[in-house]
Amino acid sequence: MLDDVIFWVLALLAVASGVMVFRFDSMARATYALLTSLLCVGGEVLLLGLDYLGVVIVLMMTIEMAIMAVFMVMYMMNPAGLMPMTMVHNKKGAAVICAAVFAALAAGILLAPWLSRRGRPSADPTMDLGLSLMGPQMLTMMTLGLALFATIVATVVLATRRGRYDRFGDDLKARTADDPVRGGMGR
Amino acid sequence: MPDAAPLWATVILPVALAVAAVITAGLDAVVSGVAERGHAGSVGEAGRRAMAPLREALRLLVQQPRRTTAADRLLERLGVVLVPVAAVLAGAVLPWGFRSVSDPSVGVVWFNTMEALAWAAVWLAGWGPNSALSLIGGYRFLAQGLAYELPHMFAITTAALGAESLRVGDVVAAQDGLWFVVWMPVAFVVYLLSALAMAFWGPFEYPLARDAAGGAAVELTGVDRLVLLGGRWMLLVVTAGFSVPLFLGGGHGPLLPGWAWTLLKTAAVLALLVAGRRLLPTLRMERYTELAWMVLVPLTLLQALVVAIVVLNR
Repeated sequence: MLDDVIFWVLALLAVASGVMVFRFDSMARATYALLTSLLCVGGEVLLLGLDYLGVVIVLMMTIEMAIMAVFMVMYMMNPAGLMPMTMVHNKKGAAVICAAVFAALAAGILLAPWLSRRGRPSADPTMDLGLSLMGPQMLTMMTLGLALFATIVATVVLATRRGRYDRFGDDLKARTADDPVRGGMGR
Repeated sequence: MPDAAPLWATVILPVALAVAAVITAGLDAVVSGVAERGHAGSVGEAGRRAMAPLREALRLLVQQPRRTTAADRLLERLGVVLVPVAAVLAGAVLPWGFRSVSDPSVGVVWFNTMEALAWAAVWLAGWGPNSALSLIGGYRFLAQGLAYELPHMFAITTAALGAESLRVGDVVAAQDGLWFVVWMPVAFVVYLLSALAMAFWGPFEYPLARDAAGGAAVELTGVDRLVLLGGRWMLLVVTAGFSVPLFLGGGHGPLLPGWAWTLLKTAAVLALLVAGRRLLPTLRMERYTELAWMVLVPLTLLQALVVAIVVLNR
């Protein structure tokens, strides 16, 4: 009973704050509305008994949204997120796509032949979920992880304006890097 | 093994944290007073200096609030309130002796999550007032988080690795014989550094530094200011206190009961941090970031590797 109440409160909050992401005209409010929505999802995962996953979702999403604030300064035509802006472009198209996706997912939930429980719930659902998701495909997952990480590094390397030739000279022989701001390592 | 704490502990926790925060702030006021105005001379004068934070708190309670134009009051308030709330929620997994308000199976991750919440909160508090210096302070704390958060995570992971559990009670139990600080000294030192950084205090007060006229807190007045700055002291107490179950054996120790050892160790760590503050200037984040990523991350990874090898050969 209490679980049902918590589920519905979190679910409604998640959807409502998800909607607000597109209603706010402030990037900061939109960011934190999205964070609220994701924290509610983390709460739902906790409700499923997946303690580790739930807390990690809360942790990762908080850090992610804060880093999004950094990206607002770095890459957006919106210095420090101070100007009013909307998160929606192509308003009608976006609304149609969103409604269609939501309807498809909701129909899937309602129409899927859900299994009824047999036996008892396992003592450590996080472990079991991990095994059934990744157990036989550990090699694929490891490769995927490495590929993702390599992509991140490559993107940063490509995006940075100053490469090693700017820092250490054309022959890379300079002893100290020529940086506009000195770091903390005495270089 | 730790037992569940009684329900009243939930009510006591915020009060105990607040009291500890006032005492720590008082100690800091005395230590700063010696550096700035010379020795107190008499016990009465030292006491007056120790009461300075409380007087300041009372003054803030009756201060006339000041508003800025086009401020986002909602986000500002949210950010300010989240700081002490995150501190109290993090304190819920802090064992007092061998009991904590709650001891979930993922306590270590929970603690880290609450710190991350405080991290996001300070940016809100800095962004909200629509003021340049306060905005700079908020963004400084984001940069600070990027510097300290990775070495910090590796440090607490190392302690969890040594205990082979994310439950804080298990981490304490694993230190029955040998404290983790003995064979994880690097992780301990990095943890203390990031505890200061997380509470944006002492050498890491860059987000609220004087060169930005008070940074993220510059526009905060009255109760708002009291809640943020008080929350910062609570955050410092909680993060310093969490080093006790992680590295200093929790309530383990001879003769005295567990709660007394926790109290003694927490007080010792806090005294070390408050006294050590005088030795370091405020660190600029572009400098600390390079140190953190070039030196501290490899060091903590090596430390984790050593611990992992020891654990595998056990």
